[in-house]
Amino acid sequence: MTQRSRLHVPHPPARPGDRPDFSYVQISPAGAVPRPEVTTAPHEMERLAVEMVRVLDDGHRATGPWNPHLEPQDLQVGLRHMLLTRVLDERMQRMQRQGKISFYMKSTGEEAVSVAAAMALQPGDMLFPSYRNQGLHITRGRSPVDLMCQCLSNTHDMCKGRQMPVMYHWGSGNIFSISGNLATQFPQAVGWAMAAAIRGEDRIAASWTGEGSSAEADFHQALTFAAVYSAPVILNLVNNQWAISTFQGFAGGEHRTFAARGPGYGMPGIRVDGNDFLAVYAVTQWAAERARNSGGPTLIEHVTYRAAAHSTSDDPARYRPRDEWKSWPLGDPIERLTQHLISLGEWSAQRHAALEKELETYVSDCWKEALSYGTMTDGPSLDPDSMFEDVYAKLPPHLIRQRDEMRALRAARAEPASGETKTLDAQAQRVTKEG
Amino acid sequence: MAHMNMVQALNSAMDIMLQRDPRVVIMGEDIGYFGGVFRCTDGLQRKYGEHRVIDTPIAEGGIVATAIGMGVHGLKPVAEIQFADYIYPAFDQVVSELARLRYRSAGEFSAAVTIRTPCGGGIRGGQTHSQSPEGIFTHVCGIKVVMPSNPFDAKGLLISSIEDDDPVVFFEPKRIYNGPFDGDPHKPAVSWTAHPKGEVPEDYFNIPIGKAEIVRGGKDVTVLAYGTMVHVAEAAVRLAGVDAEIIDVRTLAPLDVDTLCSSVCKTGRCVVVHEATRFSGYGAELVATVQEECFWHLEAPIQRVTGWDTPYPHAFEWEYFPGPQRIAAALHHVMHSA
Repeated sequence: MTQRSRLHVPHPPARPGDRPDFSYVQISPAGAVPRPEVTTAPHEMERLAVEMVRVLDDGHRATGPWNPHLEPQDLQVGLRHMLLTRVLDERMQRMQRQGKISFYMKSTGEEAVSVAAAMALQPGDMLFPSYRNQGLHITRGRSPVDLMCQCLSNTHDMCKGRQMPVMYHWGSGNIFSISGNLATQFPQAVGWAMAAAIRGEDRIAASWTGEGSSAEADFHQALTFAAVYSAPVILNLVNNQWAISTFQGFAGGEHRTFAARGPGYGMPGIRVDGNDFLAVYAVTQWAAERARNSGGPTLIEHVTYRAAAHSTSDDPARYRPRDEWKSWPLGDPIERLTQHLISLGEWSAQRHAALEKELETYVSDCWKEALSYGTMTDGPSLDPDSMFEDVYAKLPPHLIRQRDEMRALRAARAEPASGETKTLDAQAQRVTKEG
Repeated sequence: MAHMNMVQALNSAMDIMLQRDPRVVIMGEDIGYFGGVFRCTDGLQRKYGEHRVIDTPIAEGGIVATAIGMGVHGLKPVAEIQFADYIYPAFDQVVSELARLRYRSAGEFSAAVTIRTPCGGGIRGGQTHSQSPEGIFTHVCGIKVVMPSNPFDAKGLLISSIEDDDPVVFFEPKRIYNGPFDGDPHKPAVSWTAHPKGEVPEDYFNIPIGKAEIVRGGKDVTVLAYGTMVHVAEAAVRLAGVDAEIIDVRTLAPLDVDTLCSSVCKTGRCVVVHEATRFSGYGAELVATVQEECFWHLEAPIQRVTGWDTPYPHAFEWEYFPGPQRIAAALHHVMHSA
C-alpha cells in the first residue's frame, strides 16, 4: 500500500460572489458560560477558551454570571465613545478619499473591543495597541483633534510628521506608540508588566494584536514570557476574521480557537463575543483583577469582524463577499448596546439620532480646528529640521552636518531669482567646507 | 516584445519559471488568491494551483524558514516579503541559516531560495513602508543581492535569481513599479510605455547576475546608482549639464567591479547615489572599491548622495529623498574641486 502526505490549504467559506457562511463560528448562548473566581487555576477553566462569553442575549437583555451590572450612565458613556469612534473613522476615510490625508484605517465593527476594555481598566494601566484601537484613545479622553493632527502630519502632530496616519501614541494617557510592524507590541507589553511587578506596583499592562499577527513569533514570545513570569498583563487577540486578504484559517483558526493557546502556555484563555460591549467589559475586568492580584496573565480572544477594508489601500471586494458583514452572526456592537439601552428604558431612537448629529457636528468642528494647524499642502507646517531630532537623545555631529546641508539646499531653493545655479553652488560650497 | 510595467514583468518571470521548472513554488502573505498587495503574483494561483502558489500565515520568519526547508527538500521557493520593512523578523533565518547552510554543511545542504521584497520610499509610507535595507544584506556572506531599475531587467534578473543555486534577496523599488520616477514628485506620473526598458520579451530570457549596465555613456564623471535612483541620476545629469556616465549597478552582490572601475578610471570622477541611509550604507562599499581600484586615476574625492541618517519621515519625504538637485550639486562639486 502506498502512503503519501498531502498539503492542506485552508479555504475561507465564502469568496466574492458566494453567499456569506459563518457556520464555522461556534457561538454559546448568552449567559451560558460560568464565571470562575479570579484565583482559579488555568487548567480548571479551559472551557472558557473554547466556548464564548456573552452577556447580551438575542432580546438585548443582559444575562448570566458575566453581567457586569453597569449603571445606565456608564452604558451611555460607552455608547458615546463607540459612536464617536465610528463617526471619526467615517470622516477620516472621506478625508483620505479627498486626498487630505495619505492613508487611514477604520475600526468599524470592532469598537467594543477597544472602548469596553479601556473603560474596564484603570487610567494608570498601560495600553499597547495595534493600529485598529483608536477607541482606546477616544475612551481615555483624547480629543479627536489630536488624532486628526497626527493623520495630517501638521504642526500639532504628536509624531512630528514622522509616522503614517493612525500610528498614534499618548505618553501622558498611558498609550504606547504604534509601530506598523505586526505584534511587536505584544511582548513589549509583557516586559512593561514585568517591570510593574519588579517595581511592586498595582498597575497592569494590556495589549492588542490581530489573529493574523498571532502567527508572528512575537505573539508566542509574549505568551511564553508572560506565563513564565506570571506577568500582570492582559493579552488581547482581536479575531476579526481577516488579515488583509488572509482569512483566520491561515493563522491557525481552523482547528482550535485562538483563546485555546492560553491554556497551552499555562494561562487562562477566554473567548468572548467581541461585539458584546458588556461581555468585553466583564472579561477585561476579570482579567485585570486577576493580574492585579498576582494571578498573572490572561489571553482574551475577541471574536469580531473587520467590517471595513484593511486600510484605504485595500479593496476587500477582491477576496470576500461584498456584503459579508451583514451576515455576521454577532451583529454590530453599537447597534446591540443601543438596543440594550432602549430595552432598559434608558435610550431612544430620538436620543440616538440626536447623539449622532451632535457627534458629527463635533467631529466636523474638530476637523476644522485640526486644519487650522496645517494640512499636507497648506498652512503652518512643521520645521523640516525636526526630522533630525530624536534619532538619538542628543543630536550627533553627523546629523548636524546633514541638517545644515538640507537647510542650505532649502534656502537656495527658496530664492526664486537665484535659480538652479545658486542651488548647486550652495551645495557645492557646503560639500567643499565639509570635505 | 510587449509593453510591461515592472509588476507585469515580475509576474511574467514567475509565470515562466513556474511553467518551466516544477520545483518552483511561490509563497507569501496575500500572494495567492488575492494576487499580492502590489499585484505581482496576480493570476498565478489560478494557473498553477494552491500547492505551487502558496498563501502563508503572517510570519516572515516562518516564511523564510519554511522556504529553507522546502529548498533543502528539492524545491525552489520564491518567497515574497510584503514590504522590505517587514523582513527583520526573518533576519535570523536569512543571516544565520539561509546564507550559511551550504558552508556549515560543507556543501551537503543548501537552499536556493529567492526572497522578493518591495523597498524604497516616495509613496507616503512613513518609517515602516519606505526602507531600503539592501546594505544590511550585502554585508552577509552567502547571499546574492539584486535590485533592478526597470521592467526588462526585473524580468531577466528575477529569472536568473530563481535559477541561481544560491539564495538571492531581490529588492523591488516600489516607487517605479508603474513607471520611471525622476525624483520630482510634482510632475505627473509617467508610465513605462514610453521607456525603452518597458519593452520586455514575453518569453524566457535572463540577465546574468553580476553584470552592471552602462545606462548613459559619458566622459566627465561616473555616477553609480541602482533602483529608483538610476532615473533620478539621469535627471540630475541633465540638470547639472555634465557629460556623465551613469552605471546601473543592478546586482549589488556579486558586484561587477570591472564595469564600474573601468568607467571611473576613464572619467576620473565618481558620484555614488542611493536612497538608503549614508552611514555604513552600500555606497561605502562602492566608494571603497573604486578607491582601491582607481586611486591613481581619480581627479576629485568620490562623493556620496544618500538618504539622511534618520528613519524615513512621513511628512518630509521629499526633504529626505536624495533628489536631482542634491545629486547635481555633488556632480558640480566633483567637477570643480580638483
